[in-house]
Amino acid sequence: MTPPRLEARDVCVRLGDTLALDGASFVPPPGWTAIVGPNGAGKSTLLRVLAGLQPPAAGHVTLNARALAAWPARERGAMLAWLAQQSESSGELTVREVVHLGRVPHLGLFTAPGIEDEAAVDQAMAATECAAWQQRRLHELSGGERQRVLLARALAVMAPILLLDEPTTHLDPPHQVALVRLLQREARAGRTVVSVLHDLSLALMADRLVVMDRGRIRAQGARDDPALHAAFVDVFGGAIRIERVGDRWITVPQLEMN
Amino acid sequence: MTTMDTQRRFRLVVGLTALTVVLLAAGLAAGSDGWSLAALLHTLNGPDAALIVGEIRAPRTLGAWLTGALLGLAGATAQGLFRNPLADPYLLGSASGASLGVVLVLAGSTLAGHGISLATADALSRIGLVSAAFAGALLGVLVTLTLARGAQQTVRLLLSGVIVGVVLGALNDLVTTAAPDALRGKQAFMLGSTGFLGWGSCVALGLGLIVCAPLSWRWSRALDALTLGEDSARSLGLHLPRVRIALIASLALATGLAVSQAGLVAFVGLVAPHLVRRFAPAPHGFTTLASAGAGGALLLAADVLARSLIAPQEVPVGVLTALLGGGYLLWLLHRRRVA
Repeated sequence: MTPPRLEARDVCVRLGDTLALDGASFVPPPGWTAIVGPNGAGKSTLLRVLAGLQPPAAGHVTLNARALAAWPARERGAMLAWLAQQSESSGELTVREVVHLGRVPHLGLFTAPGIEDEAAVDQAMAATECAAWQQRRLHELSGGERQRVLLARALAVMAPILLLDEPTTHLDPPHQVALVRLLQREARAGRTVVSVLHDLSLALMADRLVVMDRGRIRAQGARDDPALHAAFVDVFGGAIRIERVGDRWITVPQLEMN
Repeated sequence: MTTMDTQRRFRLVVGLTALTVVLLAAGLAAGSDGWSLAALLHTLNGPDAALIVGEIRAPRTLGAWLTGALLGLAGATAQGLFRNPLADPYLLGSASGASLGVVLVLAGSTLAGHGISLATADALSRIGLVSAAFAGALLGVLVTLTLARGAQQTVRLLLSGVIVGVVLGALNDLVTTAAPDALRGKQAFMLGSTGFLGWGSCVALGLGLIVCAPLSWRWSRALDALTLGEDSARSLGLHLPRVRIALIASLALATGLAVSQAGLVAFVGLVAPHLVRRFAPAPHGFTTLASAGAGGALLLAADVLARSLIAPQEVPVGVLTALLGGGYLLWLLHRRRVA
């Protein structure tokens, strides 16, 4: 599978009086890229711009060299799956019905789901381990369970590009690890996965990282890149340090700082 | 869908169908003498059976069900669209617009020297009143859409609906101040009445239901997607302004037709979807159609009661729907507090 090329060039976004993105350029490569940075760095805004949900005030966002806004909404929806940072979940839908919504870009509003759609839904629920309670309603679930369902909804799109804003929210450690394994599998399968993560040690398990601060991209590169690590520590004001444990990088709070 | 869900939905459909059949029969039986099978048989054997049953009770009964069905459908659509269980079909200015249309015609006729009332209006005047109510309802919704600069934002739409309601209500009061004779007709309209429904009304209401029910049902998947939030729905490739316009058009047509034929019948559009969700939680497709059935049954029940409670006098049906609907919501509130 050759993922489509998503490209943001010199993107600026103003939210009220704040310049949320200030000339950000980012071309997510195939594989898993994690976006990190302090609160208000512009991580979620960048993801929304890439998903076509936030029109930039300046700059360009293209998908396969065509302006993202010029894509028919359904075609774009089938290529870019997006998971919100804090998804709403009102209504009376069961877990399976929610995951089924991931098939909307493929079906539109008027086509009945077929075998392929049911298979995609089953696969997505199996991947996030939520098949056991597929008959329960979303509002009956815990925060972590709900997050897994919403993640399954995003996976059910079967999009070549996954844009996930804080997918580990509410997840317990075993399910955070399961999620990382899942994202790694998706990346190995040829998908482009971009996720905003606040858990910095989890972020350091991604293939590549984008470090953001005050609306700008400070650094981007492979997870082993020392220059990236330096920028990483710097945007958090030196409050963390990055250490190697076995074949992994982890962040450790810098408790001895003033 | 679970087996239990399927069973609950099946039971609701069967229950609503059975209830509707019983209420349709009751609607044919209920007359100025009260409500009994013997009275119905007596009427059917009488010389005026064709007139009383065929021309008065049958269209009124069917018309009441159709009006309720349109309001139930519009209510479910409004609650899904605005993601608010307290949304009702009159929210976008249709009620105040329809009311103003009726008052303008009543006041105009009074000022022109040949006043008409809802009770005594001849066929031509009734067509004028119905057209004015319908045009007013659609105009109210159009003004709301214009003020909201389209259907891009839900909150802006709701606020515009409230503003239009207040302003048109004030205009309404201004007109009735200038032509006080219109007040009585307006009051009858505001209370809601199924007493004027004839076969012509049934045709108009039936056609409305045939257009609006498939439209609302077909767009219901978008309402399901909206339960995850507007951004999530957009990320699924839904063109939300188009979805809103289609659903608002259906809502406005359904409400405009219902209001123009039976006045401002309260609470049916609000309560019917609540009843459906309570008995059988389901995606919007089922809820929307079942709410039409529930709304029809609710208004039909209220109409039968309105005719029977103090026969040969009639209670305005809108008063009964308000009492029944309000009572139900109070009971719901009480149960939640206890829980």
